[in-house]
Amino acid sequence: MTKLKIQSLHKRESELAYAKRQLEILSNGVFQNGELPKFKDKIAETGQFPLRPKKLEILQINLGYMCNQVCTHCHVDAGPDRKEIMTRKTMQQCLEVIKNTNAHTLDLTGGAPEMNPNFRWFVEEASKAGIADFIIRSNLTIIRANKKYHDLPEFFKKHNVHVVSSMPHWTRGKTDKQRGDGVFDKSIKALQELNAVGYGMPESSLRLDLVYNPSGAFLPGNQASMEKDFKKALKEDFGIQFHNLFAITNLPISRFLDYLIASENYEDYMYALVEAYNPAAVENVMCKNTISISWDGWLYDCDFNQMLELKVDSKVKHIKDYNEDLLNNRNIIISQHCYGCTAGAGSSCQGSVT
Amino acid sequence: MNNNYYNPKDLKKFGNITEWDEELGTKYFDYYGKVFEEGALTAREKALIALAVAHTEQCPYCIDAYTVDCLQRGVTKEQMMEAVHVGAAIKSGATLVHGVMMMNKVNKLDG
Repeated sequence: MTKLKIQSLHKRESELAYAKRQLEILSNGVFQNGELPKFKDKIAETGQFPLRPKKLEILQINLGYMCNQVCTHCHVDAGPDRKEIMTRKTMQQCLEVIKNTNAHTLDLTGGAPEMNPNFRWFVEEASKAGIADFIIRSNLTIIRANKKYHDLPEFFKKHNVHVVSSMPHWTRGKTDKQRGDGVFDKSIKALQELNAVGYGMPESSLRLDLVYNPSGAFLPGNQASMEKDFKKALKEDFGIQFHNLFAITNLPISRFLDYLIASENYEDYMYALVEAYNPAAVENVMCKNTISISWDGWLYDCDFNQMLELKVDSKVKHIKDYNEDLLNNRNIIISQHCYGCTAGAGSSCQGSVT
Repeated sequence: MNNNYYNPKDLKKFGNITEWDEELGTKYFDYYGKVFEEGALTAREKALIALAVAHTEQCPYCIDAYTVDCLQRGVTKEQMMEAVHVGAAIKSGATLVHGVMMMNKVNKLDG
């Protein structure tokens, strides 16, 4: 794999730090000359264009792009240098929505959401709303990054949150290559600490799921088989247990797009995504049941559209004007990156979709 | 006609062999699919065996396909290289063990 500089695209002042440039790349080349069909035309073949939402089930809130890690494939371009952080005022607007939403799942993400200075206050307030499934996407290493985060497993337990964490492989080499030196050892320690308070144990209601995404320019394997391999290796080598593994496809945006271009894999990867296109996955893509809210309160069809700055196609575009009925009556914005969610068994923040 | 005997794009046309003999082609692909299902061996173990055989058969299509397949199944590069060495050891061993035949013949004719 081509080694990238461990800095965000923003820090490097790369042209790919700009959503507009990424969208140009995704619409030009093999998609402009007709070698590959545009996503819009592909879903039109099965009468699925325009893509429309189903019942809203998940509110995904991005608390900020700041992160203690700089992973090579991060679609957020997160890192320590990113200063975009949700304010308490925007959090209060989110809380009003959480109290009244029909969604059964609240999904907090980042960056490292724990780095938001109002994170704990927000979790405490949000947990009062009684949402059925309250997810926090924790990168694990944050738990070991600083003393002030060491009690996070207990904090998560107190609020009965569902922890979902990235773990690209059960070996040190493959994990550190993607997520940075030392990440594997810290992640293992953090998982052991989560297990120690009851997370991930077979009969425990404290849910601990892991997210796998490939370390290079290839698609994820079968989710059930990968889960079996992860469970066996982590249990045998480190005594770690967890509930489910979500296999997620890397979408060709942001730092992963940068990697694909730098390693001359971009076209082959887009061919692989298009060849693996599965019309059955389109019916269950996450943008159909999710609203993604950015750190500054704007609304998007999904986290990827958020990073591409493609706001929802609705009169309601900001959390302050939130109206679920109006939002559900919209067309979902698509581009060629959407092939990442419809390849093979499909891909979403909850893993495979078929 | 292509200037090369092997063209990577031909791998994707493999399924087309059924066009000239549907019955045998279909039987072959049914068999192939069944062989690679999870069984007493995991699909991951089968992918590693296939990778080793791909090398001993020196089939570029198979090397391409099963390298990607191994990566998708979480096989590490160290495991892949060990599998290739297993194939190479058997391949070279199979050559060398015939040396016994040569020795037998020499001993009989000129011993």
